[in-house]
Amino acid sequence: MKNAQTLMALSNIYELYKTMERDHTMLSFKGVVTPDLLTSVLQIMESKLNHVEKSNKTKKKVYNVLVECLQNLYHHNEDIHGKDEGISFLFSKSALLMISKNDDHYEVKTGNYILKENTKNLQGKLDNINELSKDELRELYKATLNDGKVSSKGTAGLGMIDIARKSGNKLEYSFLPVDKKYDFFCLNVKIN
Amino acid sequence: MGNLSMEGSPKTPTVNFNEESGVLEVRGRSIPENSVEFYKPLNEWVESYGQSPKSVTTFDVKLEYFNTSSSKCILDLFKLLENLDGNNTEVKVNWYFEEDDEDMEEAGEDYQAIINLPFKMIEVEEI
Repeated sequence: MKNAQTLMALSNIYELYKTMERDHTMLSFKGVVTPDLLTSVLQIMESKLNHVEKSNKTKKKVYNVLVECLQNLYHHNEDIHGKDEGISFLFSKSALLMISKNDDHYEVKTGNYILKENTKNLQGKLDNINELSKDELRELYKATLNDGKVSSKGTAGLGMIDIARKSGNKLEYSFLPVDKKYDFFCLNVKIN
Repeated sequence: MGNLSMEGSPKTPTVNFNEESGVLEVRGRSIPENSVEFYKPLNEWVESYGQSPKSVTTFDVKLEYFNTSSSKCILDLFKLLENLDGNNTEVKVNWYFEEDDEDMEEAGEDYQAIINLPFKMIEVEEI
């Protein structure tokens, strides 16, 4: 006979399924983002998009946003290193990715830990991006591309600008305090 | 130095840089995590090609899509070619983009605005 705890755990699976069904989830992942994972997720999503999306334009935009979001998660994982004082080290490198399709738009949601010292900078960048028009975003992209700065990882501060351009919507985000070292960064990108 | 030819992968483009014809082609998709590493041999090849280039150098960019970290590397490649232009070679750029792909068309126009080389924008059905 199953005890109450086991029954609860099992019904949670169905609850989780229903939640994902209700949110029209196409794919969700929680864990450490590695290059192999990135390749697999992109391959799966490309074939799913080929099935469900007729517009080539939309397909490309969703794919592009996904590439940048995944690479952000991958590169920012690298920022988290050293001895952990609060949450465990592996936990802190773990990220969340969800892609869903609603009637008239797609959503790419990401969640990842960020060092508190980097929060202000990212928030400023996102607020600035959200204030700009389509043409202004293009100008900012061009200026950032041409300013000669590039990190050792080859990232160039262009990712969020590009995500905003491809999305065509304001970037929805929040930073939730976790402990004295980390915040949790939530991003929701809508693509029409 | 010889030709540079690299087969494409799901994350990297096919590369064919030909020293006899002076035609340099990149084709496909460029979304590696580490773009700097991928583009390094391309830059090195162009630098060495510049020692004795053909009278006309053609750079055919046939990219279906590239990520933002590649965009910086592609700019560096353009800058190397810009420096070659007028030094025993005339450099031309053909920028290909797929029908209705405004994003890639705009990306080409943005490079054109930054780089002082003649660009030809070519719309094709499929890359």
